[in-house]
Amino acid sequence: MKTHNKYLLLGLFLLINSALAAQDAEMADTLRSEGKIFVVVAIILVIFLGLIALLIYTDRKVSRLEKRLPK
Amino acid sequence: MKSNWWKILSIILLVYSIIGGLLFAVPRLNIVNETIRALYFHVPMWFGMVVLFLASTIYAIKYLRNPNFQNDTYSVEFANVGLVFGLLGIFTGMIWANYTWGSPWHGDPKQNGAAIALLVYLAYFILRGSVNNEEQRARLSAVYNIFAFVAMVPLIFIIPRMTSSMHPGSGGNPGFNMYDLDSKMRMVFYPAVIGWILLGVWIASLRIRMRIAEEKIIESENENA
Repeated sequence: MKTHNKYLLLGLFLLINSALAAQDAEMADTLRSEGKIFVVVAIILVIFLGLIALLIYTDRKVSRLEKRLPK
Repeated sequence: MKSNWWKILSIILLVYSIIGGLLFAVPRLNIVNETIRALYFHVPMWFGMVVLFLASTIYAIKYLRNPNFQNDTYSVEFANVGLVFGLLGIFTGMIWANYTWGSPWHGDPKQNGAAIALLVYLAYFILRGSVNNEEQRARLSAVYNIFAFVAMVPLIFIIPRMTSSMHPGSGGNPGFNMYDLDSKMRMVFYPAVIGWILLGVWIASLRIRMRIAEEKIIESENENA
């Protein structure tokens, strides 16, 4: 039981320690707080979904061609 | 109509991973800073590549047991899309390395191993291109395909772990173990991996169907001639 607690404490210490050490790491907090990150997300989504639409269109075209194939 | 649920699942998972990957909280770490989000996009490329190459090898073995056009086509097209995923993995890795390691090509064991593995697979396509007889081409490349997969495993998964490497998850560098412990990142990372694998299989399946359709057309043309 005692060793159990020791490991738990050690684990907690490491967790808190790493969290404290990383606290000063520079992140894009301003971009996020201004909400402009959503612009980036929207642009990437538009491009991604556009390419997916192309893929779906191609899939349908292949299906249509398969129906016309000689058996 | 073939069942399409997994294609829809792929789109949902990828849309979720793009939104979650850019918006959800990530650990605040020095050096990597926000680039840690690249994990959601760079690593799934490699997962996708390995799965597609594995599928390619399975169909290569199937071809050797039962030589037919279909097995060979499956094998080639899975390898084709797998190679694209691998190239995307290496290019995204170079961009990431430029900002976290200091230069795009660091000669890191993981980078070199991945590059050699891709060259081994490039040789597969060169081999296919250099044999004219269809059956010979299919048989030779099926045998080489097995070799290529067996060569890739130590190059990507074993050697980088045995030497010192800066790449997370490699020798002497627990790196992403710390991030992996972050359950929030897992919530985006695993769906992204599954989504990209499914997308790769989807693209490969389209190419396979086109090739098989083409073969059927050629067959009927030969019959009519």
